[in-house]
Amino acid sequence: MSLPIYATFGQRVWYYAFRVICAIIFIFLITPILVVIPLSFNAENFFTFTPEMLRLDPEGYSLKHYQDFFTNAEWQRSFKNSLIIAPIATVIAVTLGTLAAIGLSQSHVPFRRAIMAILISPMIVPLIISATGMFFFYSKIGNFMEGTMGLDKNFVGYVKVILAHSVLGIPFVIITVTATLVGFDRSLTRAAASMGANPVTTFFKVQMPLILPGVISGGLFAFITSFDEVVVVLFVGSASQKTLPWQMFTGLREQISPTILAVATILVVISILLLTMVELLRRRSERLRGLSPG
Amino acid sequence: MKLRKSLMATTALTVAAGMAVAQDMPMEMTIVSWGGAYTKSQQNAYHTPYSEMTGVTIINDDSSAEAVAKLRAMNEAGNITWDVVDVVAADAIRLCDEGLAMEIDFDTMLAPAPDGTSATEDFGDLLVADCYIPQIVYSTTFGYRTDMVGDTPPTKICDVFDLKAFPGKRSLEKRPINNMEWALMCDGVAKEDVYDVLATEEGQDQALAKLDTIKDEVIWWSAGADTPQLLADGEVVMGSTYNGRLFSLIEEQDQPVAMLWDAQVFDLDGWIIPTGLSPERQARALDYVMFATDTQRLADQAKWISYGPARKSSAPLVGQHAELGIEMAPHMPTDPANAANTFLYNYEFWADYRDDMDAKFQAWLSQ
Amino acid sequence: MSDTASKAPVLAADGTPLKRSLNRALRVQKMRALALIAPLLLFVMLSFIMPIGDMLFRSVENQIVENTLPNATQELAKWDGSSEDLPPEPVFRALYHDMFLAAELKRHTRLGSRLNYESTGMSSLFRQSGRKLDDAGKDYRKLFLVVDEAWGDGATWQSVMGGAEGATPDAALVKAQKSQIYRLDGEAPRGQLDFAPSQDVSALLPLTAREYTAFAIVTSLIKKDDLAATKPFESLFVALADDLSTADLSGYDGPGADNLRALQASGLPTPNYTEIFGEMDKDWVNIETWRTIQIHAEPYTSGYFLNAVDMQKTPTGVEMQPEDRQVLITLFVRTMIMSLTIMFSCILLGYPIAWLLANLPMRQANVLMILVLLPFWTSLLVRTSAWKVMLQQQGVINDVLVWIGLVADDNRLILINNETGTIIAMTHILLPFMILPMYSVMQTINPTYLRAAKSLGATNWTAFWRVYFPQSIPGIGAGSILVFILSIGYYITPEIVGGTKGVFISNRIAYHISSSLNWGLAAALGTILLVAVLILYWAYDKIVGIDNVKLG
Repeated sequence: MSLPIYATFGQRVWYYAFRVICAIIFIFLITPILVVIPLSFNAENFFTFTPEMLRLDPEGYSLKHYQDFFTNAEWQRSFKNSLIIAPIATVIAVTLGTLAAIGLSQSHVPFRRAIMAILISPMIVPLIISATGMFFFYSKIGNFMEGTMGLDKNFVGYVKVILAHSVLGIPFVIITVTATLVGFDRSLTRAAASMGANPVTTFFKVQMPLILPGVISGGLFAFITSFDEVVVVLFVGSASQKTLPWQMFTGLREQISPTILAVATILVVISILLLTMVELLRRRSERLRGLSPG
Repeated sequence: MKLRKSLMATTALTVAAGMAVAQDMPMEMTIVSWGGAYTKSQQNAYHTPYSEMTGVTIINDDSSAEAVAKLRAMNEAGNITWDVVDVVAADAIRLCDEGLAMEIDFDTMLAPAPDGTSATEDFGDLLVADCYIPQIVYSTTFGYRTDMVGDTPPTKICDVFDLKAFPGKRSLEKRPINNMEWALMCDGVAKEDVYDVLATEEGQDQALAKLDTIKDEVIWWSAGADTPQLLADGEVVMGSTYNGRLFSLIEEQDQPVAMLWDAQVFDLDGWIIPTGLSPERQARALDYVMFATDTQRLADQAKWISYGPARKSSAPLVGQHAELGIEMAPHMPTDPANAANTFLYNYEFWADYRDDMDAKFQAWLSQ
Repeated sequence: MSDTASKAPVLAADGTPLKRSLNRALRVQKMRALALIAPLLLFVMLSFIMPIGDMLFRSVENQIVENTLPNATQELAKWDGSSEDLPPEPVFRALYHDMFLAAELKRHTRLGSRLNYESTGMSSLFRQSGRKLDDAGKDYRKLFLVVDEAWGDGATWQSVMGGAEGATPDAALVKAQKSQIYRLDGEAPRGQLDFAPSQDVSALLPLTAREYTAFAIVTSLIKKDDLAATKPFESLFVALADDLSTADLSGYDGPGADNLRALQASGLPTPNYTEIFGEMDKDWVNIETWRTIQIHAEPYTSGYFLNAVDMQKTPTGVEMQPEDRQVLITLFVRTMIMSLTIMFSCILLGYPIAWLLANLPMRQANVLMILVLLPFWTSLLVRTSAWKVMLQQQGVINDVLVWIGLVADDNRLILINNETGTIIAMTHILLPFMILPMYSVMQTINPTYLRAAKSLGATNWTAFWRVYFPQSIPGIGAGSILVFILSIGYYITPEIVGGTKGVFISNRIAYHISSSLNWGLAAALGTILLVAVLILYWAYDKIVGIDNVKLG
């Protein structure tokens, strides 16, 4: 990708022009996030760059929105809820999704297309429709669990949101895991089986490590789907299950508070950490697969 | 305190004879409101003292904007998760009409004024529906940027429609209520005839035609936080919103904004209790409502936000802002200086015509 | 090889024919695959497909009219809607009593709202009439009380309607009324009714018996009040006056027989229901109102779907909506055009980035990949509000342009609350969905092909266009379909930055679900949208194959 020394003038111009174009697109991608970060230190309660901020006057900056996030009970509760709901929803989506993807990747699966379409459907049905449809369904389930099984109202609330979110995360797991399995060499499992490993051992010792990147990236998508989902939780959940996006959404609607931006900044930092982790994992898996570390 | 207890006992007897006694009431309740500064004022004036007194945990759900839709869905699914809901009068009438809110017997279920005046009399004609317990009077009015209107600030509602004198964007609410009335008043219809005209096809078309003249310069808002943000950013010259939002913008956030009280429209905000609650939860909700709508609590709320208490007996108790220490009375929509020219919002008209008008307005909007 | 040998089945090691053995192995394999898929399939079917199906079913379901006005719709079915005459008196008569019961159970306003979707003005008509229904009844009540004060007591009514001691109760009527109220109220009236009209009375005073039974069910089973102590509905006075105008009481000797005879002799006017409604609202004597009700009385309707494409049902067939109510087709078209625009801008911006990422050394590419993924991981709400901050007239972009001098301060660009705002913000939000599949496809393109082409004399452009680009098309396809599908379903971003011109059909769906409460239309719009998406999905699966989508 580097420019060869024999490149003509035109090639050189194009080479640099192309880099500039790419740089501009990257700027387009990243600016909204960069804008959010300074605004989260705004001393005023608006999403506005104040003259003080532009003068880099320390007066114009403050940590009060961060303070608000860490001290306000509503924010804390919603953050905690998101941390409960998203991981559990992810685990469900990943477990069921990976199993199904392995099933789907076998040869001779009857009705493969139809099954695939059904499993992908949560991604393609407009969210607002899914949300209302699921509301009625989960209300019935909730009534049953509370009334007949006598479970705690709060617990039932969490179950409803977690199930709804795991459904939404499933298509991502299916897509990523099947994509990884397309390149999976079946002779490996046969080799393992021929050496006396039972299917379970084969799965965990041979297949799993190799499709792990797909599973992890599917899991991360599922996690983000739940962590960033506002429409369905607004319908299916009740206030005790208020998640972070819900709190942000009402924050945007009803109050002017850059606390939302502070939260976003914190999440961006967490995202960077997560992405770095994924990258490290990926490098490890490639080492394991004997591919060059690039 | 004793009086309250005994009143509550009678309430429980009259409403839910033999169904629930106080100690069976659940210790957790979900209260639905609008969020932001408004919920904060309720938190300070009602929730916190109530929790301290009874030990009940109150969960805030800021979903009042979707209250009607969600209550209907909950009712249909038979799974009511809300205990007390804060809605505006028009929504309350609708909920009441559809049987989604329980009917309230004001004199037995609400506390009388300290001097013994019955609740019915104390609230007076603000009791606009059988299911609705008014809490505050707010008004929808205009704020404008003082630095963007030149030397002659707007003084009349019709300045909103005057693009020559006041060029620039304005923000209006994305619904027909209020906008249609203002449009007619500025199109030469006398104030007292507005609703008669609006009840006719031609009147509706006339109002929309007037709104057409500024349509290109309007940013439509749907959330209470929109206009204050737009004003703070200088995105609009003037915009309609709730007077409490403007109060907070001007007094608490120190923005170069002033209020245009002309033709402000009074509206109510208050509580409804959904139908279909279990007797225990209903008793808890009634207990809360009786506490939160007594004379002192309503006056307390006015310390936190510039909305007028709905009880006549609360008005003399309104004092200073709890944090800023400024007198609240001059900032109330009901203050004589502000209420020089108010517009009387016709609840019944809007309950009847809302569906009709919404359909027209939305179609007009997307053309 | 002998003939017999070739005909004999090939045997597997255990002696079974190989074909069967293979089939069995295949079946086992199939079963195992299905067993792996089954839990998830069941979960998704149960918790997603069925609820969605249920939701979408609302687009044709229309039992509300029949359930709210059961007798009136039955009578109305006999009326010829194309005639120029108002429906006959029995229709008004049935309407009066149906409406009264519906109003008692607070169901009539819902029907008003429902009919208002078809014809503006119905909602206010039903609401206002609901309040005025009592008036006629009160007039009759006064006349009754003049004859005998006892008619004001619930107990009198109960004894009259119950018939003589030992009279056969009309259980069929109770059952019928219970099921009618169940359909009206949506909830079955629970418990045992300790009242039943006697068969004699229901033969003698059919309308009164019917309405009184309904009153008894509502009072004692729904409102849980004491029947004898509750004031009878105003409509009962009208019903009884109506029955008495034709009933032959001469042979009747049940309880209150004399009282009834006295009433009959008092010269009660026969109720004229048409007049009653005409006085309530002149729209009731407008033939159009009745046509609307008649057309929309069927339990399953295509009306919502017609509305979804700006059409409506009229007595003369299907017609376009009036000009000023035609908005949805425009919105569908706009949704399609804008989604396509967003898709193309994503291709335009995504392709160079994907190419760069695919051709850089892995380590550099992965660092840049973080820049692509970072916005993807940032909350949608935050990114949308960031765009609001940037795009508005006093926003970051305009400020920078003014500062550079490209744009005059008093002539700032309008980038938000219109199509531009939606397109910019959505392109940003969906760009990673374009880049990732493109990248994964481009990674697999062997660079030696390009070198080979060049060494054979192709220019850079030709080599790219003829060799590289065709191989990258699956990536473009995958990204495009993903972006397109996601974008036509989005609604939060357009809602915040789109103003009135930059919104999608999904915003309309959201509006009908949470504001106008027209769930039938929302479901119809959703179904149409879903079908469009499914066609796209199918096309995509045919062209690219859903397995080839790779997300990072």
